[in-house]
Amino acid sequence: MFLAGDDGKPRPIGELIGNNRQALLAAIPFAMATGMSVSDVGPARASLALPWREDLVGDPRSGVLHGGIITALIDNACGTAVICSLTEMAGIATLDLRIDYLRPATPGETVVVNAEVYRSTRSIAFVRALAHHGDRDKAIAHAVATFMLGANKAPINRNIASEAEQSA
Amino acid sequence: MPDPAPLPPLTPLNNDALTRLMQAIPFARLLGIGAITGDDGKIVARMAYADHLIGNPRLPALHGGTIGAFLEMTAIAQLLADMKGLSLPKTIDITIDYLRSGRPRDTFAHAIVAKHGRRVANVRVEAWQDDPTRPIATAHGHFMLPEAPDTATEA
Repeated sequence: MFLAGDDGKPRPIGELIGNNRQALLAAIPFAMATGMSVSDVGPARASLALPWREDLVGDPRSGVLHGGIITALIDNACGTAVICSLTEMAGIATLDLRIDYLRPATPGETVVVNAEVYRSTRSIAFVRALAHHGDRDKAIAHAVATFMLGANKAPINRNIASEAEQSA
Repeated sequence: MPDPAPLPPLTPLNNDALTRLMQAIPFARLLGIGAITGDDGKIVARMAYADHLIGNPRLPALHGGTIGAFLEMTAIAQLLADMKGLSLPKTIDITIDYLRSGRPRDTFAHAIVAKHGRRVANVRVEAWQDDPTRPIATAHGHFMLPEAPDTATEA
């Protein structure tokens, strides 16, 4: 089943989802448990935001967020960007994810991750992402990831909200 | 900002100290991560299953981010054990390979310090669930080490 716009041409989910973009995370318990939200989407990109929270801290002396929650946010942002790039419903699975930690996150500040699919084939999506506090020149982390498309052969549900999945 | 809570004393890093250390990291508590040190000094870490760790409820499968965070924390815990815990190593980079989806059950991990240099360590980590020979994810990363005692300025 292809997703089509008013003119019948296939359109990526990132274009069609519009104001319903929070649905991309609503079905992901860990994203909800940590306070992630979708701040922007496009045809092959997604931006996620994560406000600072005490239970996400890695070093209680400084209040700096744990690297692991940055990893999780980046992983989720990359997966969401891949979903946004699809014109046809498909399961996705992260193959690998490399993260360079450029500087610590600033305690108390919201982390934003911009992720974009910069190359997509029938079976693989190549994604890059940047985590920052609003200034991309002072990035917290840079990441590249690859995803397999058409993974997790689960029953297809035509409801976009339930398709807002993030592979393991 | 929370009130600055000092990390517990870390030397020697026996099981109690390691457990206290993990308990002192708020995000480790959120993920339900604990660790034990074997007689050989090698750590086995565990991420106890909880519903909020799920990323895909339909499979269901653990969120990839929880697995990545768990691998990273296992690497750091092994470095702390090796160093007798001076202070937290900082992650420079980490690459995670996802091999199988994580089932909704406890996950275990161990780390191999491939090189422990003066300033940087290279660590490989592997996570599994039921069968250690069937890892669900592996990772390798570089970690900036705190200054060694012999080079640190005496206070």
